[in-house]
Amino acid sequence: MGTYSSQKKHFSVEPVRSHLLSELWQHQLQEGFVSEESIKKLSELHQLSEIEVEGVASFYHFFHKQPAGKHTIYINNSIISELKGYERIKETFERETGAHLNSVDASGTFGLYETPCIGLSDQEPAALIDFYPFTNLNALKVKEIIQKLKQGKSPEDICDQPQDNIRYTPVNNRTVFFAPYTRGEAIKKLAGLGPDGVIEQLRISELAGRGGAFFPTGKKWDTCRSYKDTPKFIVCNADEGEPGTFKDRVLLNNQPGSVLEGMIVAGYTVGAQYGIIYLRGEYRWLVNKLETEIQAFHDTGLLGADAGGIKDFNFDIRVEVGAGAYVCGEETALLESLEGKRGEPRTKWFYPVEKGYLQLPTVVNNVETFAAVARLLQVGTFEYLKRGMPGSPGTKLISLSGDCKLPGIYEIEWGMTVAELLDQCGAEDPFFIQVSGPSGECISVKEKYRRISMLDLMAQKDIRCGGSFMIFNSHRDLVHILMNFSEFFKHESCGVCTPCRAGNFIIERKLERLNNGLADMNDLKELKSWGTIMKATSRCGLGKTASNAIIQSLEKFDDYFKARFSATDNSTYRKFDHSTAVEEYEHYKP
Amino acid sequence: MALCTFWIDGKKYEAEEGSNLVDAAKENGVFIPSLCYFKHIDPPLGTCRTCTCKINGRYNPACTESIKEGLKVEVNTPEMIDMRKALVEMMFAEGNHFCPACEKSGNCDLQHMGYELGISTTRFPHLFKDRLIDYQPKRMVMEHNRCIKCRRCVEEVFTSDGKRVFMYINRGNETQVGIDYEQEAKLSESEAEKAMKMCPTGAIIVRGKSLSKPFGDRAFDMESSQTHYRHTITDKPKVANFEKKTIATVSLAGCFGCHMSMLDIDTDILDIAELVSFNKSPLTDIKTFTQRCHLGIVEGGCCNTENIETLKKFREMCDILVVMGECAIWGGLPAMRNTIPLGECLEEAYLNSVTSEKGENTVPYHEDLPKILDRVYGCNEIVKVDYTIPGCPPSPNHIWKVVKSLLWGEDYSLLYSEFKYD
Repeated sequence: MGTYSSQKKHFSVEPVRSHLLSELWQHQLQEGFVSEESIKKLSELHQLSEIEVEGVASFYHFFHKQPAGKHTIYINNSIISELKGYERIKETFERETGAHLNSVDASGTFGLYETPCIGLSDQEPAALIDFYPFTNLNALKVKEIIQKLKQGKSPEDICDQPQDNIRYTPVNNRTVFFAPYTRGEAIKKLAGLGPDGVIEQLRISELAGRGGAFFPTGKKWDTCRSYKDTPKFIVCNADEGEPGTFKDRVLLNNQPGSVLEGMIVAGYTVGAQYGIIYLRGEYRWLVNKLETEIQAFHDTGLLGADAGGIKDFNFDIRVEVGAGAYVCGEETALLESLEGKRGEPRTKWFYPVEKGYLQLPTVVNNVETFAAVARLLQVGTFEYLKRGMPGSPGTKLISLSGDCKLPGIYEIEWGMTVAELLDQCGAEDPFFIQVSGPSGECISVKEKYRRISMLDLMAQKDIRCGGSFMIFNSHRDLVHILMNFSEFFKHESCGVCTPCRAGNFIIERKLERLNNGLADMNDLKELKSWGTIMKATSRCGLGKTASNAIIQSLEKFDDYFKARFSATDNSTYRKFDHSTAVEEYEHYKP
Repeated sequence: MALCTFWIDGKKYEAEEGSNLVDAAKENGVFIPSLCYFKHIDPPLGTCRTCTCKINGRYNPACTESIKEGLKVEVNTPEMIDMRKALVEMMFAEGNHFCPACEKSGNCDLQHMGYELGISTTRFPHLFKDRLIDYQPKRMVMEHNRCIKCRRCVEEVFTSDGKRVFMYINRGNETQVGIDYEQEAKLSESEAEKAMKMCPTGAIIVRGKSLSKPFGDRAFDMESSQTHYRHTITDKPKVANFEKKTIATVSLAGCFGCHMSMLDIDTDILDIAELVSFNKSPLTDIKTFTQRCHLGIVEGGCCNTENIETLKKFREMCDILVVMGECAIWGGLPAMRNTIPLGECLEEAYLNSVTSEKGENTVPYHEDLPKILDRVYGCNEIVKVDYTIPGCPPSPNHIWKVVKSLLWGEDYSLLYSEFKYD
């Protein structure tokens, strides 16, 4: 396995249980898997039963129970990767390594696995080898990579440096995120503003959570500030798992400083001492960059005791690396994961601002939110409010991918229409657009004159975009896209509540029927009704939104479905694939 | 604590402020079904979602809601009843719940919920996922196919030194409750039995204990938790006159147990013989339809091509099609093979069994023989089914009540004790 700088030490206030995730990582990286002996060792160390440690390890799909090869390869199986040639890449990997998908080759050199979106949708097909990125793959490139690895080269030396692909920033230098960045400019303003001042600035600028929920940031911080329990924590949610989203990757790569600075501002405002960046395992290759930046902040006095020269303000930041679990993007699941547990969302008995990490007041915000805070303080509210539109000021980063000429990051001013965006990216024959990832909203190209803003809470008129735009042209098979989404949710459900665990499985079976041409209008009706039940009864956002794309596409692409599926609504005979049903038995024909 | 006024389905009730909605409703005589709620686990687990209600206009489980002044709850609106039913149906579809073959039958909370909600069939396709049964623990057996992941055992069962015995493992649809062999061995006999009893289904079985005493009436056999339990057939066909009706019956991939049950109504069968005549049926030994029938009754699911042909013929020749018994509804006992590939089943039965000599036997295949299907299908997957009668076998009263109701539009009201899955 590659050489990563060791993760920074945990804070002294954190209990040993919180070390479990990074300890499991150590075993995984050093031995190539988490063996039974490792589980036994860790259970003794933590005074836990073995099953409890195994329960944690088996929750995260980057932890393997069996040896996963000297080099572990993860091919991205997201829908964008599929469009860009996943099948051929997979076959080439299989041929070159001699390993079948989900297994290790005979010599134990290569383990070949698939994983959902690795945050490189603008340079697909892509894969991670020992958690180093390899982008824009083609058969020839895969062949070369494997040859080099066989010659003993290290993935670290031959991996790609993912491009930021910043395709568009607002004209006339109205960019918020990509203006030249100087370390410490936002922090400089803290002493003058005071905590009240910061919250006031956030309120005026109407900054709202950029993970996609758009909760007013000022309100969240103010509430956390009002709780007296200490210590408090600032958690940066860098578990950007929503397929098709990669804006946080670009921010962390392009200017980790503004993210750290946003966290420091938050710490100062709510009275927190500790900051933790929960970085998704897929972005492990960014750890060095982040830790170097954290060190630079320490060296310039922006972190540590009297951080930023503010007396008695002590603040430190460390990085925790996730291990492959989409649901950990849900803030309470993320906190559970930080505590060294299974990443299962909590019931909404308390909000994290009151009882978060270790049941202490915690602010959890998205990478982009922290960066926006830093940038906002730096340019000043007055300047910031000139961007965007009334009621929805500022800009938004959008990760755009799929059937277009220029996939990449688009920093748009709120208020831009879908049509303008499609125009900018050179979309080719757009037909179906999935906004904010599979759990978001699907729109038809007929709706292209809708604006993208955060005005509309229920997203009836304007579109609220959490960060990703996946564009599909009219030759793409809608059912196939939906199946990819549903398979994703089936795997990524935390498994705790019935409607999400069983529901996604059931929906996938139904979509298989559609895909095999065995469905009629009645099946479509059922799909919609079952999706609605999942939406109403699931425990957290994952289950509540998993059926969005299905429900909405059935509404918006009525013509498409009508043309494809017969209207035999009250037919007395169900469609039944006779030949498939007897196929296996036919093998016994003498 | 202060008393609060709250509203369920438009009716006013009172309960202590901060008390749990499930409990408060129960005290006031309103039944909200739940499978994971334990009064003493705080905060509540909220895993099964069966108690989902509309609370102040939003869908939320009742178990994670506490009483506040003016709380408005919808419990028994058609929408909420259907939604809760769907959740329990999902559990049945997700696991392999063969009630007749389960030690917990009659004392099973999941089964009980099925009775209370009047679930005769699930709207969802059965998933038939192959999950291994864990026989490795010293004292217990974990039947993962029956587990509904309610989390009760995870939160409640600890050894004397405070270690967990049960824990969720894996994720997504692979999630199951793992058992720690070392810790399990440390449990006392009574602690182990407590774990078995705590399980709302038959997923945790203690060897030698699960069937140790002969059972008579079982916990959920006789009485409903609801004061007005009523199970009726909706959309009753309007057939008023008392002309003599023709019935056809058949047993497909079944054991004829349902047919035996039909005959079990003692002397009432004489009345029935006056009211109906049987056309194609094992009871008359008429092999082919000689006329169109008012009602077709099918026992058993479809495991081969002949079953499918017969079932289609029934659909064609009968005005109303009723399927009876678990096998006809979703596959039942024959569907136990559905988690195993057909090839393995056939080779185990014909080639590798203890009594077969190596190389001597073949898997039967002949043009005159029906072809075996890849899995056992419920009748509903092949043709449209009008009504389902659950049970293994259904009680004779249940069968004839349905038949009479369908043929003559009689009032139909099923007793709680007549509605069973085993």
